[in-house]
Amino acid sequence: MSQKGVNLDDRYFAGLDSGTSTTKAVVIDARKGILGSFVRRSGANLLESAEIAFEEALKRARLNRDDIEYVVATGFGRRSISFADLSKTEISCHSRGCHHYFPEEITVIDIGGQDNKVVKLDAGGRKTSFKMNRKCAAGTGAFLEEMAYKLDVPLHELEDLARKSSKGTELGSFCTVFTATEVLDRIRGGKRLEDIVRGLFSSVAKRILEMDTLTGRVIMSGGVVAHNPIVAEIIGERAKKKVEIAPHPQEMGAFGAALFAAESQAAEPTQENLLPISRR
Amino acid sequence: MTEKKLLRKPIKAAKQLGEVMRDYSYRMDRISKGEEEGKIAWCTSVGPAELLCALDFEVHYPENHGAMLGSTRLAMDYIPLANAIGYSPDICSYLTSDVGCYLKGETPLSRAYPGIDSVPRPDILAYNTNQCRDVREWFEYYGREFNVPVVGINPPHGLREIVPAEIADVVQQMKDLIPTLEEVSGQKFDIDKFRESMRLSRECSELWGHVLGLARNVPSPWTFFDGTIHMGPAVCLRGSQRANDYYQILKAELEERVAEGVGAVEDERFRIYWEGMPIWGRLRALSEQFYELKSCVLVSTYCNSWIFSAFDENRPFESMAQAYTEIFINRSEPVKERYMEKLVEEFKVDGIIFHDSKTCPNNSNSRYGMPQRLEKKLGIPTLTIDADLNDLRMYSEETTRTNIEAFIEQLEERE
Ligand code: SF4
Repeated sequence: MSQKGVNLDDRYFAGLDSGTSTTKAVVIDARKGILGSFVRRSGANLLESAEIAFEEALKRARLNRDDIEYVVATGFGRRSISFADLSKTEISCHSRGCHHYFPEEITVIDIGGQDNKVVKLDAGGRKTSFKMNRKCAAGTGAFLEEMAYKLDVPLHELEDLARKSSKGTELGSFCTVFTATEVLDRIRGGKRLEDIVRGLFSSVAKRILEMDTLTGRVIMSGGVVAHNPIVAEIIGERAKKKVEIAPHPQEMGAFGAALFAAESQAAEPTQENLLPISRR
Repeated sequence: MTEKKLLRKPIKAAKQLGEVMRDYSYRMDRISKGEEEGKIAWCTSVGPAELLCALDFEVHYPENHGAMLGSTRLAMDYIPLANAIGYSPDICSYLTSDVGCYLKGETPLSRAYPGIDSVPRPDILAYNTNQCRDVREWFEYYGREFNVPVVGINPPHGLREIVPAEIADVVQQMKDLIPTLEEVSGQKFDIDKFRESMRLSRECSELWGHVLGLARNVPSPWTFFDGTIHMGPAVCLRGSQRANDYYQILKAELEERVAEGVGAVEDERFRIYWEGMPIWGRLRALSEQFYELKSCVLVSTYCNSWIFSAFDENRPFESMAQAYTEIFINRSEPVKERYMEKLVEEFKVDGIIFHDSKTCPNNSNSRYGMPQRLEKKLGIPTLTIDADLNDLRMYSEETTRTNIEAFIEQLEERE
């Protein structure tokens, strides 16, 4: 057994975010710098997906599994990640990650595959309140995917299309299925595709603004804003407030989880956690 | 991650509880089948039960039946049947599950008590809209189905203060029920019997209040989830000695736990207030999740709703009118908030969970900004869960689990 943990530079931690649509892995060192990360589709086997994402992140970090002292899992599938040492909710992990970059009073907006969160943190990073979207997936990544499919536009082209529009088409419905009907109706009514797409992003923004007020500095994370930064702009315009996008927004949950791993009391070098994961 | 084996702390009195509820159900069944003398009244859970007892009715509570449908999750088979005959999925899911169950000609009582194959047939239905109007529509439905009289009390709503004129109005409405009740029961109303049933009910209410109050202890000897089961006699048998005998047994057991410092949740870390209806079909899963999180849900407006402090056998009509009109659900926001503030303090609560029950707006108190006001005033966090009392189509297991877990993480950050 090597004497890991003696030298700060020699201690490594990982966070895994098993989301409904993608799985993210992040490997950090004790100085909280990211050494490697990976994102892949979650698919049906969450554990396998997490294994692969973890391996890929390790490769990028040029580390082996045995080098990792502590793993924290988060996200929808967190309890399926049997090799993790601990699980934490995505609400706490996104918050922890954002607080790392913005150690002040902030509102974190996270738009994920099937859920939205608005979390308020005090300057110490403690949650003062949090909200998750209600039962349905209106205004989440799943909504955009469904609409891209209905409009027959590749998901990654939505952003560019929306940027060609100066005035989005207003879409009124909460419901994804009804919105699809509304969209078809607008197309029949001669509306331009780019205005409709911008309208879809506005509808995502509206769902967020209904959830809570935005106080302090406003920071966004999650996969949707990583690929569609226009959402942050539209939320900002509607709320009349500056809305910033966090670094590596899609990996924020996994990064937060990795920070928890590094900070976990159990991360103190002990006989137990100095054993390679495979032998614990 | 290693799975920790759960150490549950079963309440021994559950055995006696089972017996009390069984005897009650079989007695009604025998009356319903004509094997025993008697009359059956159906009553809302905070309805004029003591008047009915005074006239020797055995009382069936459709809400209790609704809760059985919820906890057995049979509600999910029945709700659609009621929806199909015009009872909307947006109205009380006790109503829709109960009506659906009736349409199908079934009852969960059969599973629990072999030989019972239907709910007891009513001779009369008596409601009180102090809780909501759904109960009236519900009872009117059965009035038409069974062709029996439906009587009720319609008190003023959403009260801040309760003025004497309002009490006088409710007293009059109660007295107006008597001729019909006499006719159906075939008995003359006897004020002394009424006083006696009020006395028994007051005693029941005091005992129930006392056992609930034992959760003030740290650690709490029992949980809200236990309470939702052990409240059966307070709902269904108040006004009779049977309920009071049972609560003496429960009281002794819980007091013993307190004396020995035994908590319902091992290593209790957080103390939670549950506001709103239970999620009947998920009580077990929720109780286990809180147990794992070392958090005890130990006080609720719901269980407390069967404490009727105003009952006084010396002023039976007035005090019953007072007690049934001043209930939490029938009050204004400021009164509700004051009530909760007091409990938060007394029970040393760390956080409040509001259940926003889709089909029971009447008993969902998160809809007019109350959580935000209480957070500010009390300095403790709140969480709102979107679900339903019986209709699990409104329930997302994972979202709820995550919300609760994140809430406990939020409480941890404050430690
Ligand atoms: S108070 Fe709510 S749960 Fe109770 S009967 Fe009325 S609507 Fe149904």
